Amino acid sequence: MTVVSSLKQIHSLYSSFIVLAVVTASIIFTSTQATATEGDNRWFQIKSSLIGDSHIQDGQEILELDTPKRAMDAAIVPITIESKFEQTPDRYIKKLYIVIDNNPSPVAAVFTFPGNHSWKSLSTRVRINAYTDLRAIAEISDGSLYMVNNYVKASGGCSAPSLKDPAAAAAQLGRIKFRLPESFAAGDLVPTQLMIKHPNNSGLQFDQISRYYIPADFVRTIQVTYNGEEVFTVDTDISISEDPSIRFGFAPEKSGVLEVHVKDSKGRTFSHSMNLPEQRS
Amino acid sequence: MKQVKTTRQYGIFINFRKIYANLLSLDTSLLFQKILKIQYSQTCVMFSLALILLTTSATGVMAGGGFQQIAPGLYFSSGVHQDFSKSNKGQIANTGFIVGSERVAIIDTGSSYQQGLRIREHVRAVTDLPIDYVIVTHMHPDHALGTSAFSKDSPQVIGHQNLADALARRESTYLNNMKRLLGDSAKDTQLVIPSKSVTTTEGMSLNLGDRWLYLTAYPTAHTNNDLSVFDTKTGTLWLSDLLFVERIPVIDGSLLGWLKVMDGLMASGCINTQHNRQCQPIVQVVPGHGPVVTAWQSALAKQHHYLEEIANQIRRIISKGGTISQAVKSVGLDEQGNWLLFNEYHGRNVTAAFAELEWE
Ligand SMILES: [Zn+2]
Repeated sequence: MTVVSSLKQIHSLYSSFIVLAVVTASIIFTSTQATATEGDNRWFQIKSSLIGDSHIQDGQEILELDTPKRAMDAAIVPITIESKFEQTPDRYIKKLYIVIDNNPSPVAAVFTFPGNHSWKSLSTRVRINAYTDLRAIAEISDGSLYMVNNYVKASGGCSAPSLKDPAAAAAQLGRIKFRLPESFAAGDLVPTQLMIKHPNNSGLQFDQISRYYIPADFVRTIQVTYNGEEVFTVDTDISISEDPSIRFGFAPEKSGVLEVHVKDSKGRTFSHSMNLPEQRS
Repeated sequence: MKQVKTTRQYGIFINFRKIYANLLSLDTSLLFQKILKIQYSQTCVMFSLALILLTTSATGVMAGGGFQQIAPGLYFSSGVHQDFSKSNKGQIANTGFIVGSERVAIIDTGSSYQQGLRIREHVRAVTDLPIDYVIVTHMHPDHALGTSAFSKDSPQVIGHQNLADALARRESTYLNNMKRLLGDSAKDTQLVIPSKSVTTTEGMSLNLGDRWLYLTAYPTAHTNNDLSVFDTKTGTLWLSDLLFVERIPVIDGSLLGWLKVMDGLMASGCINTQHNRQCQPIVQVVPGHGPVVTAWQSALAKQHHYLEEIANQIRRIISKGGTISQAVKSVGLDEQGNWLLFNEYHGRNVTAAFAELEWE
């Protein structure tokens, strides 16, 4: 098991941020060159920005992607990704990309796992603007890439991927909660939900008083650690729903502190921690 | 800002896309918008492949267009209980107008510029008095997108204090949705930002000439910008989408907030107007969808029951560590027989309610 020093944590946080920024920038670059492209072409652009020419294999044996057929509320579309193989320190999912082809910013999230904690299921909530393919791409520790994708239909006419109550969101910004089962035994894979109060704003709106656009304000990086060891880090974007929620599983071997560090696009940082006893009951 | 065109003194018509283009080079935080612009051109192609939705009966279209007088000088047109479609031209929400001795107030303008024009024709068939007020009860496209049809009347466009912001945030989504779902009927539709705001603390009185209207802006309920119109002359309360009759309610604000608003209305049974110190009893209520009701308490109670039921069932799932997907599959299914368009909107309600209730 790798012991991750705090210095290394900071470094990985920083480097993954750079990755997302570079990806975003290059997608913008390629997108502006081709003005009217088909859906497949858009994916081609995203793919080449994300992973270049690397070959992606069919991921049916590696991942299962669960999405609703239709986005019911365009602002909150729950998605779940399951790992279909036993992850071990020798073979594990190193990176997981979530891509929503036809969203304004298609790369919704890039998860990085250090390989020291096995997981079976990962869920989050995304915004869906239009009829789109939604993709999960896993990079295995040996460098191989696997993809699964689902088609998601847009929601009805009255639904929009916008904040329902911006004032309420602003009032509670930065509140963080962990939700864990009442009881579990040491070594169990514990289903854990991380909830962060944040508007995760696209910044596309018009402020009627100032007549200027309010700048984007969204969560950029979330890092979860247990006793100082990284559980996962995720770089996020405006395609993640307001009040970001991530459900993950991890198996704490002994008692300790579950911690989360959040950084947003305005440079704010939020942290939260929770003590886990050896055996919760 | 010179890109903002002010048309006479009332609503402000804005070419948002033009502003995007101008601001793109100025603000580095708006990098994503370049992608968004590409997005528009692509989705236009997709929109032309839009779903063929429910077809509507000829009578349905009639019902969505004609106006009837439900109280002296108070005209009402009922929307059809369908989703937006090319055949119903988006005439799915109730709209109306109230005529005083000096002027006219419009309540909601429909889904498109063209529906707004049809409403205006109906007004002109009844009276030549000036249309001085256009009241928009909330942001939803079936209520708010026909406002530009009244530009030649130079009315005050009145909405909840949050309406302008809510519309601006949804502008591109709503206009694209209407293009996709209504096709040609959505032609020439543009957003009008209200010129006058009603605050949740003060309300607003409007004089139509021997007829006072009292406007109430609510805390977040159906949306974060719900406004009701009370006609003091006839005791008619136009609740719009704070009340759904027959058609399933849609949560796009706060389930808990909505329950509170309903509790308040049912507890008082009257409206405190500014010019009248007494609380004036509510005689009849106009919902946003469905027929006008005199037994409005029972209509509100039915809606209250639905929302409370899904809240309680979702709370149980949350307490067991369950997920939105699990809730969508199991919550509130007993209510299916009670509402039209249940399958289209119930899952959305459960999803939105879940995200709200898990922070309780
Ligand atoms: Zn509505």
